[in-house]
Amino acid sequence: MMLRWLQSPASETQVTHAQRLWLYGFSALAMLLLVVPTLIVVPMSFVDSQYLEFPPERWSTRWYKHYFGSGEWMLATRTSFMAAFLTMLLATPIGVLAAYGLHASGLPFMRLAFVLLITPMMVPVVLVAIGAFYVYVKLQILYTMTGLVLAHTLLAVPLVVIITGAALKIHDMNQEDAARSLGAPRWKAFLTVTLPQIRFAVITSALLSFLTSFDEVVVAMFVSGGDNPTLTRNMFNALRDQIDPTIASISTLMIVMTTLIMALAQIFGSRKSGE
Amino acid sequence: MNAAGLRRDELLERWRLFGLASPALLIVLVILVIPVGWLFYVSFIGADGGFSLENYERMVARKSYGRIFYTTFQVSLLTTLLCILISYPLAYFLSQLPTRIANLCLITVLLPFWTSLLVRTYAWLVLLQKRGLVNEWAISLGIWEEPVKIVHNLNGTLVGMVHIMLPFLILPVYGAMKAINRDLLRAAANLGASPTRAFWGVFFPLSTPGLFAGSLMVFILCLGFFVTPAVLGGGKVIMVSMKIVSNIELFVNWGAASALGVVLLVLTMAVLWFAARFVDFQTITGGRQ
Repeated sequence: MMLRWLQSPASETQVTHAQRLWLYGFSALAMLLLVVPTLIVVPMSFVDSQYLEFPPERWSTRWYKHYFGSGEWMLATRTSFMAAFLTMLLATPIGVLAAYGLHASGLPFMRLAFVLLITPMMVPVVLVAIGAFYVYVKLQILYTMTGLVLAHTLLAVPLVVIITGAALKIHDMNQEDAARSLGAPRWKAFLTVTLPQIRFAVITSALLSFLTSFDEVVVAMFVSGGDNPTLTRNMFNALRDQIDPTIASISTLMIVMTTLIMALAQIFGSRKSGE
Repeated sequence: MNAAGLRRDELLERWRLFGLASPALLIVLVILVIPVGWLFYVSFIGADGGFSLENYERMVARKSYGRIFYTTFQVSLLTTLLCILISYPLAYFLSQLPTRIANLCLITVLLPFWTSLLVRTYAWLVLLQKRGLVNEWAISLGIWEEPVKIVHNLNGTLVGMVHIMLPFLILPVYGAMKAINRDLLRAAANLGASPTRAFWGVFFPLSTPGLFAGSLMVFILCLGFFVTPAVLGGGKVIMVSMKIVSNIELFVNWGAASALGVVLLVLTMAVLWFAARFVDFQTITGGRQ
């Protein structure tokens, strides 16, 4: 049975499974190497000792208690959630409006505007960080929630524009014209005809905006701090000093949260807009 | 209303629609374009406050700067190459599976993709440290006898960066491979091509757009990388972004930091511009989720 499978053709060009065993082995190893290092912190976060060991000799939730009991970490967590939430609320409408405007206007320099809108994704993030730092000192919004949210919105807008832009591209704009010829003003036609059909793209964009802000490190290192330090900023600073098991428990919580958010995004995003 | 009036109305309407993009454009302008423009200006200001090229001259004159650029390119290039070597076979394997199983296997790519970069860097720091799992396992398997220093150097940085960049390459390559019409391979086999020839003559060329787009993405992201080399490099792997940060945090030298930033930006744009002649930008932007 096994032998027959090995000798059966595996591809259009009649390569047998036996000839491809190396590929299967290699791929299995590669997938293992992708997942294991990502998840290894989960069991490790339950150690009882000062050092991270695997498998833990004694299991405990000591480091979770330490995290939830620490005012400093709680403040950072609150800042991160707040910034991510506000970034989502700001970046999504701004990005959707921009994507719609560019798509519907069809002006000749629209492509240029599109490129400008996605540059934050191309420019090295360190430059964004020190640039924002400089402007914020002038505007006196350094270490404020406003500044942090604005900078994260800048980073999230390209994602929103790309994702909603792609959905608009396959959306039939004639439907909106039909609604307008029947007397609906443009904003109403957009809200009642177009928006419901691109809603999955919009939801995906919103969730990714949230994550973009929540996971961001470099910009937060420069423009967050004082009363508003982000979780990632504190984690990064802690990493420079020593390997603190608290970070493992925070990492575990972050993995759980992102997985939930991405599962949501996957559920909504995999449904094609317009269905 | 006459034709000219209608045309004017239409143009006005187009401009109004374009105006919807203004909040987004305003944010890009205020928080990106103006500050970067200012950095550009500051990079040409010398210590005495006048126009000077000293920030750039220093970069050429001092050996340490040359080494930083060398390291940046070395790390970026090695990471990209290693990613290609691992991604291509894996993406090929995934593309051969029935879609249902492939989607399950893709979770192993997506899970690291959406996990915070900081979390994954931390995981590697834990794994690779002297008393870490990798050393422990290697010793118990007899691969080496004494704990080896694998982190806080170039190797550790590469391991972490390759792991972080892999999904950026696997996903576009997989997408390109999935789009290949398999009948072409059948036709090639039918016409007498050996499996090897059919692969290199038909399959590989058709998969290159995804490979190019993904590699470009990885290379560009590597050029500006900060977190992973800062944590896993242990001060021995200094990339341009790290020098920019230390110029500001430690030395408060905006001139030097700006000049480095300008060079980094120009290099990034040059790579993009060069690549744009080979790759359609839509494949890059569309390749990300």
